Amino acid sequence: MTHLADLPVWAAIPVALLLLLGASLALIGSIGFVRLRSFYERVHAPTLGTTMGIGSVLLASMLCFTVLQSRPALHEILIAVFMIVTTPITLMLLARAALYRDRSEGSDDVPSAPPAQTTAPSAPDAAPPV
Amino acid sequence: MTTTLLLWSIFLAQILLVVAMACATFRVLRGPRAQDRVLGLDTLYVNATMLLLTFGIRTGSTLYFEAALIIALLGFVATAALAKFLMRGEVIE
Repeated sequence: MTHLADLPVWAAIPVALLLLLGASLALIGSIGFVRLRSFYERVHAPTLGTTMGIGSVLLASMLCFTVLQSRPALHEILIAVFMIVTTPITLMLLARAALYRDRSEGSDDVPSAPPAQTTAPSAPDAAPPV
Repeated sequence: MTTTLLLWSIFLAQILLVVAMACATFRVLRGPRAQDRVLGLDTLYVNATMLLLTFGIRTGSTLYFEAALIIALLGFVATAALAKFLMRGEVIE
């Protein structure tokens, strides 16, 4: 633990606070993931950890290694960019798959599929044909 | 004094992350449907990435960072593949 003793106070306190913030956000997201009722509510909860949670931990790591090595440690940005790009993709794929499965089972919890638009869509407030 | 503060905060953060991983594992085991299990696996991957980053700060080596990057990559590929599988085939459940 010699390297942690080299860390000055002005860097150690933000590192500690950012670590605790990130871990708390991940824990809150996971508790919400356990406690929420339906799948479409549960999709929202882990994003707390995947955005600001992992962002805070990466900031703490960047600060720690930048001060320790006396040069900017920027490789944590790789993980940050990767998380920002991939989290919406995976969650949208998963939610669409869940919606498809629920619709194909005829579940009442999800709205039914919109009708296929074969003709040009009419204005929604047009008068119905008599 | 600073070292003690850092060590205790890293230890506390690791405990919080392990509890978060336990919550995600609970959802993987008990999830009522397959999409809950896949989402639990994704959450587990993200929490494991953060846990490895805290290990990296604790030991001061950059090896843990590379392991965290690989876990993040594999988590994305696994979740995307499983979501595609749920979309196409009715094999699970």
